[in-house]
Amino acid sequence: MFGALAKLIRLTFIPAFLLVVSPLPALADKCFDCHSGWEEGDKTPSKLFSHDVHLKNGLGCSDCHGGDPTLDDMDEVRKSRGFKGVPNPAKIPDFCAACHSNPAYMVKHNPALPTDQLEKYKTSIHGKRLYEKGDIKVANCVSCHSVHNIESPEIPTSTVYAQNIPQTCARCHADSAYMKEYGIPTDQYEKFAKSVHGMALLVKKDNGAPACNDCHGNHGATPPGVTSLSAVCGTCHNLIADNFAKSPHKAAFDAMEYPECEACHSNHYIEEPKLYWVGTTDSSLCIKCHAPDDGTRGLATADEISKSLAKLFRSYGQSVAEIADADEKGMMVTDEKFALNEVKQAIIQTRTEVHTFDAARVGVIAESGIATAEKVYKVGQSKIDDYYFRRKGLGIATLLITILAIAIYLKIKSIDK
Amino acid sequence: MSIRKKLYFWTDERLKIATLVDYMSHKAVPMHGHSIWYYFGGISLFLFIVQVITGIFLLLYYRPGAESAYESVKFIISEVSFGWLIRAIHSWSANLMVFAAFIHMFSVFFTHAYRSPREMTWISGIFLLALALAFGFSGYLLPWNELSFFATRVGTGMAGAIPVVGKFALTLMRGGEDVTGATIGRFFGLHVAVLPGIFAILLSFHLFFIQRQGISEPLEWERNPNTIKKYIPFFPNFILKDILVWLIMLNILAILAVFLPDGISAVHWPLGQKADPFAPPPPVIRPEWYFIFAFQALKILPSHIWFIEGELFGIMVLSGAGVIWLLIPFLAGSFKGGRKPALVIAFGWLVILFIIVMTFLGYVLE
Repeated sequence: MFGALAKLIRLTFIPAFLLVVSPLPALADKCFDCHSGWEEGDKTPSKLFSHDVHLKNGLGCSDCHGGDPTLDDMDEVRKSRGFKGVPNPAKIPDFCAACHSNPAYMVKHNPALPTDQLEKYKTSIHGKRLYEKGDIKVANCVSCHSVHNIESPEIPTSTVYAQNIPQTCARCHADSAYMKEYGIPTDQYEKFAKSVHGMALLVKKDNGAPACNDCHGNHGATPPGVTSLSAVCGTCHNLIADNFAKSPHKAAFDAMEYPECEACHSNHYIEEPKLYWVGTTDSSLCIKCHAPDDGTRGLATADEISKSLAKLFRSYGQSVAEIADADEKGMMVTDEKFALNEVKQAIIQTRTEVHTFDAARVGVIAESGIATAEKVYKVGQSKIDDYYFRRKGLGIATLLITILAIAIYLKIKSIDK
Repeated sequence: MSIRKKLYFWTDERLKIATLVDYMSHKAVPMHGHSIWYYFGGISLFLFIVQVITGIFLLLYYRPGAESAYESVKFIISEVSFGWLIRAIHSWSANLMVFAAFIHMFSVFFTHAYRSPREMTWISGIFLLALALAFGFSGYLLPWNELSFFATRVGTGMAGAIPVVGKFALTLMRGGEDVTGATIGRFFGLHVAVLPGIFAILLSFHLFFIQRQGISEPLEWERNPNTIKKYIPFFPNFILKDILVWLIMLNILAILAVFLPDGISAVHWPLGQKADPFAPPPPVIRPEWYFIFAFQALKILPSHIWFIEGELFGIMVLSGAGVIWLLIPFLAGSFKGGRKPALVIAFGWLVILFIIVMTFLGYVLE
């Protein structure tokens, strides 16, 4: 009887116990055991892979590199089924696409992830050069996503996290020696970092601001051409793009093959719009194309818009200063500060309407902003007047009370005597 | 006959004020090295009168309720002529009154003016101070802004720690489970009707006792019978000095209200944002400065002392100390021959030290 019981324990409980306590991945995947044993440093594949999105999804070394992960001997692993080893740089896109272009496989791990990356990559400048010219210097999957420590774009440490993308692209594109043979500028990152987009993304840490891939695409990275530029900018600035498309400039730019937005705003170094850009002075952008005798109303319109905007900005600046002064003096200006937001809104709207190049439309919005700004200014002025009135009133009241106090003091003195 | 005399006789014919004037002019106020403390009771009274007047003005525009309280206070300080001044004077006088009342209380304590036969003057005075604090607590919520909302939530929450009646007291104060518009209604009623009514009755008693018993003479006069005792007539000499102090206070109030309408540092009441029960509480929630010592004392206690909950233990100790303080005239013993009660004096200094240290910690430990 005891022999039967001992057999039952041996056959059921002991294996169950071992199943619970034993390190299963180590038994299943020998790649880790060996590589972590002999690799030294922090950037080794076995160290990096601990952060990798593939590991977090239950994949191991052999899922990409092939081979039998249960084998101890490397020579045997090389001979084992499906062993791929380290891929040739030219083959990396196909290497990754083996899974990432397979919808049936991807749906099991990350159904939300598209499976057209390789297709898009082949249409990109990078892909074309790799597949058509065999240029292995161009970016492939690992150039941007890194190797072994690939992370989801939502993770802030990922090389493709929105705020890290400019740096990731700049690793090649800002390297003048590396880019020499391609004959394209290498100052894009430097310019972008100073631009309104760069400041928003890199300084204000606003992930909604565009990075390189938002204009150029990511897997299908291509520089937007003359005809597609307004479509790229219009993805976010849709009202402006719409206004421009309906304006007289559209036909003229198309005829002259001018890039639409870029003609005035440049590309990577896009500045905060300046008031002097619109107008007829030497520093304005309008005179770059328009001349007094060009047969259009261009400069007249520019002059009208410029005057409307200047008046709006002046009114806004004066009311802001007046309210700040009243605020500093301790007066209550909560409602006025709120009203100033309406003026700011009008300024933003005029920036959009400027792209209609219709002075009347800009004028209507500017006038509404000016009217609010002037109203706020008057309230601010009355608050400041009230502030001085309070002090004068206090002075008179204090004087009267003091005179009365002195009179009583003298009376006390006379009574005491 | 001058107009002044004619007016006097006209009034005397109807109200018999001659006997009152005669009574007051025969009343004497002792003058000595500590006479300055006599004025703080008068200052507290003056500031209370200022509060009644400014409170009535505020009442003309204030509308209690979660949807109207904040808006009406904002209207008072931004739209109503001199509304800002009235609110600033109301708030400043409230704070200064509590401060003056504390000084008055401690000066009476350390000069032992509470001794027989003035026990009832002391007890009515302590209750008046408690009512003044209740005025402050109830008035703090009325603007229904962010700070007042959360401070009231914490303050009323402490009442919930009292055993047996805690839950009932909390619900009674809040008008429900949480601080809501119903709480404003209760606090408003308390602030403008219940408390002023009780305060007026107690104040009448307090002043009546003072008038009937006269102002206490210093203990030193009893100890050294050979000391030359100096007196001044209550009317007009002392009254005029009181009026002079009141005028100085009025000037100080006017300057503070104009230069610092929202208060300063720990004593401030900016309107700020409207109360939002669903918003996260501000990082620092503090009650009014005169509650800080009790608030801090309860805060630093461990969760349990013996088998009693820390907060409950704190409330019991503070309440016990309050009862001893109230009954000091009966516990201080005999003052025969001008004897100074050393233990009572030590207790007084201990209380002052406790208030100062806890208040300091309350502002520093944040």
